[in-house]
Amino acid sequence: MIATRVQAGAFDAAAEVAALTAGRSDLGAVVTFTGLVRDVAMTLEHYPGMTERQLGAVAAEAAARWPGLVGSVVHRFGALAPGEAIVLVVTAGRHRGEAFAAAEFLMDWLKTRAPFWKHEAGAGWVGAKASDDDAAARWERP
Amino acid sequence: MTEFLYFAWVRERIGSGGETLAIPPEVATVAQLLDWLAARSPGHEAALADRGAIRVAVDQDFAGLEAPVAGAAEIAIFPPVTGG
Repeated sequence: MIATRVQAGAFDAAAEVAALTAGRSDLGAVVTFTGLVRDVAMTLEHYPGMTERQLGAVAAEAAARWPGLVGSVVHRFGALAPGEAIVLVVTAGRHRGEAFAAAEFLMDWLKTRAPFWKHEAGAGWVGAKASDDDAAARWERP
Repeated sequence: MTEFLYFAWVRERIGSGGETLAIPPEVATVAQLLDWLAARSPGHEAALADRGAIRVAVDQDFAGLEAPVAGAAEIAIFPPVTGG
């Protein structure tokens, strides 16, 4: 089970890890990725409804690829200051390989599939990066 | 009737977050829909001018230019996503 959440408020990475691992003695690896707002303040717009649907689909794909893995994905929207945390991915499994891979997969796919748009103060809408498409494409199955 | 939703700079250029429209029967695909919408106002035309920078979701799933639009309850138009 990989839970997903969209929220305006801050998240607590340690609390998310604790919730995933509480009462579990079978997990050998926890990977945590936190994305931060770099350099300038921004506002994140999203598409309520489709955002949850797409994050859920990405999480379901990860759960199918790495059975037994558990995780949590939290993505914020609204006004965010430089240095603030914007996205959190936590994965936990029996071994580090699957936890690292699934965390990277979740980030790569959510960046190209979840309907969020960054608007930077003073600079306008952030353009999509081809490198993000390339990162997502390497997980495509033949 | 179909609920149209616009996001990010598509919303800004059209000057509205959305509208409710009846898709005419001759508009069958996403590509035809974009042509039809672009003719609605100068704002729509400006927003949809660069088709390579436009993404479309039909009922909250990404849809290609040849995807059908008949019977859609909700169609969203927006730039490539930049979350994460």
